[in-house]
Amino acid sequence: MPWIFEKFIGDYVMLKNFILRAMAFMFISSFVILGAKENIKIGAIVAATGPASFLGDPELKTLQHYVDKINKAGGVNGQMIELIHYDTGANPKKAVTFTKRLINQDKVVAIIGPSTSGETMAILKFVKKAKIPLISMAGAVAIIDPVKPYVFKIVATDRMACKKVMQDLKKRKLTNLALISGSGGFGKSMRKQCKEVAPDFGIKIVADETYGKKDSDMTSQLLKIKNNKDVQVVLNPGFGQGPAIVTKNYRQLKIQHPLYQSHGVASKKYIEIAGKASEGVRVVAPPVVVADKLDDSFANRKIALAYKNEYEKTFNSQVASFGGHAYDSLYIIVNAIKRAGSTNPTKIRDEIEKTKGFEGVDGVVNLSPTDHLGLDTKTGMVLLEIKNGDWTIVK
Amino acid sequence: MIELFGYLLSGVTVGFIYTLVGLGFTVIYNSSGIINFSQGEFVMAGGMSTVFLLYAGLPLGVAFFLAILITSMIGIVLYKLISLSRDSSQISLIILTLGFAIFLRGLAQVIFDKQLHTMPSFVGEGAFEIFDTTLSYQAVLIMVVASAIVISLYLFFQKTKTGQAMVAASNNVDAAKLMGINIKKILMLNFAISAVIASIGGILLTPITSTNYEVGIMLGLKGFCAAIIGGLGTPFGAVAGGLVLGILESLVAGYVSSEYKDAVAFVVLLAILFFMPGGIFGNLKSQRV
Repeated sequence: MPWIFEKFIGDYVMLKNFILRAMAFMFISSFVILGAKENIKIGAIVAATGPASFLGDPELKTLQHYVDKINKAGGVNGQMIELIHYDTGANPKKAVTFTKRLINQDKVVAIIGPSTSGETMAILKFVKKAKIPLISMAGAVAIIDPVKPYVFKIVATDRMACKKVMQDLKKRKLTNLALISGSGGFGKSMRKQCKEVAPDFGIKIVADETYGKKDSDMTSQLLKIKNNKDVQVVLNPGFGQGPAIVTKNYRQLKIQHPLYQSHGVASKKYIEIAGKASEGVRVVAPPVVVADKLDDSFANRKIALAYKNEYEKTFNSQVASFGGHAYDSLYIIVNAIKRAGSTNPTKIRDEIEKTKGFEGVDGVVNLSPTDHLGLDTKTGMVLLEIKNGDWTIVK
Repeated sequence: MIELFGYLLSGVTVGFIYTLVGLGFTVIYNSSGIINFSQGEFVMAGGMSTVFLLYAGLPLGVAFFLAILITSMIGIVLYKLISLSRDSSQISLIILTLGFAIFLRGLAQVIFDKQLHTMPSFVGEGAFEIFDTTLSYQAVLIMVVASAIVISLYLFFQKTKTGQAMVAASNNVDAAKLMGINIKKILMLNFAISAVIASIGGILLTPITSTNYEVGIMLGLKGFCAAIIGGLGTPFGAVAGGLVLGILESLVAGYVSSEYKDAVAFVVLLAILFFMPGGIFGNLKSQRV
């Protein structure tokens, strides 16, 4: 059977040749790849679709736009940024899966996101184990309190919004506050925070009403507040159509106390839906909402305005404050990589923590080993009053 | 005392909103024995299409008319789907309406958007002042229109031949067929009427509550409660159920706590189902299933 033997030898030779050639090719091509520097991989976990898409959609658009912009300008330390992003649809389980994939398969050096608090809490232990820096874009205080070494968050909390309102109440010498809160997650959380910080400002909560997220009439709750002789001022933590209906009912009942709204309604949509009833209402808001009206003394005015204009020009839609979270997170990471001169995740983390005086869309950020939020009520929030269907800044 | 009056008035306002939604359940149940869970989405479709037709620059009257037309078409599409699966059990058909509701919500997100929208009140933004409380013009309009719809439905079912044919069809399909009633046409008309009522509701509600793609979920649920509490099958049942529900919610929010407002609605629903399975205005007919 010599021919079979011959065939085996032939196959063996062919295989050997193939392997040798392949090795040679890989050897040469690896030189080519090493010559051009490797990309810096940054991961992003956003809820671009689903119930939280109003957060995730502007966030993802912002990330993609500004990563492109950074790369066109030559990248970071001569390396290009590669944005690897996954859409969770606001599902914490998916957020966990994608976090593992970013860490184990994609081998990213830092992660931006997720968009919601529930998702962020779900992935914390994985970034901690992998020692990859994370900048979350969600709202809850619990994410950075207590401080976790690898977790940051550059988003104003509802606690800050409460403080901003209370500061103003103190200035106006109003001490008896009535709360009427939406029963959704946003309203609930802010109601809790406001009740906690109220004593610090000498403010007493004398009424505490709630309403369903989709209720069509809040007259009963407001009548109760109206008939309560102690009430001096009313705050409505809530989100969606609820606050607009509260505002309309408030005016119909001719309640004379000042009305405050949360950052949950800090968009032109609220003025549009509540209409004339919104005149004179005070609203806490992130500065980007009124970037064009901030005066020069406002430290991050220029950057907020530039972001607003660029977003509105590029995507042809009104700026949402949420996209600003993505801008700030991205640039804080990029600046940290520049300063570190390295893509080692731990070195990046150390530099993120040293961020000082960073002028972002959401405010001026000063991070430290004990503060992983870095925003304060002075630049992180502004107090607005609605006059003639437009925002004016309350000094 | 004035307080109580205020709560009652607020309850009546909300009650009529629930009534408007509940009426649609009644009409479809009356002829087909099916509970249409996409009723809330019909309301949404009416409101959303009006808003977007207005954005497109159409005059108010034309926008109303087109929106009602569009919604009645959606009602007919649902009927066609149901008639395709005619042989399935009623439970499967009810599940079909649930699926259709989810489909409509998705469609609204794609065709329209996910934002809140509103339109100006067509009778002016003002309100009547009664004692210490107020009643907005739009709320009065809702009460008037809801009452008008209830009365005309009653007359339609009792006094016209088509209406009688519908009642006959719901009582006994086979006998009605033998009497020469075109069941298919009757059912299709019923779905269309139900959708028209829902869209009128959606249009009237929008200036008060504003609208978005998911506004139908809660409205549909509350309207369903109203229809069950009052008794499925009679238009007056929807009124009674809506008012009971609205007033109870308002009183609980006023005197007990606004936290328990929604819970009360469902507790009442359970109690009614236990002790008066036919609802307040229910008759034995509606107990057959």
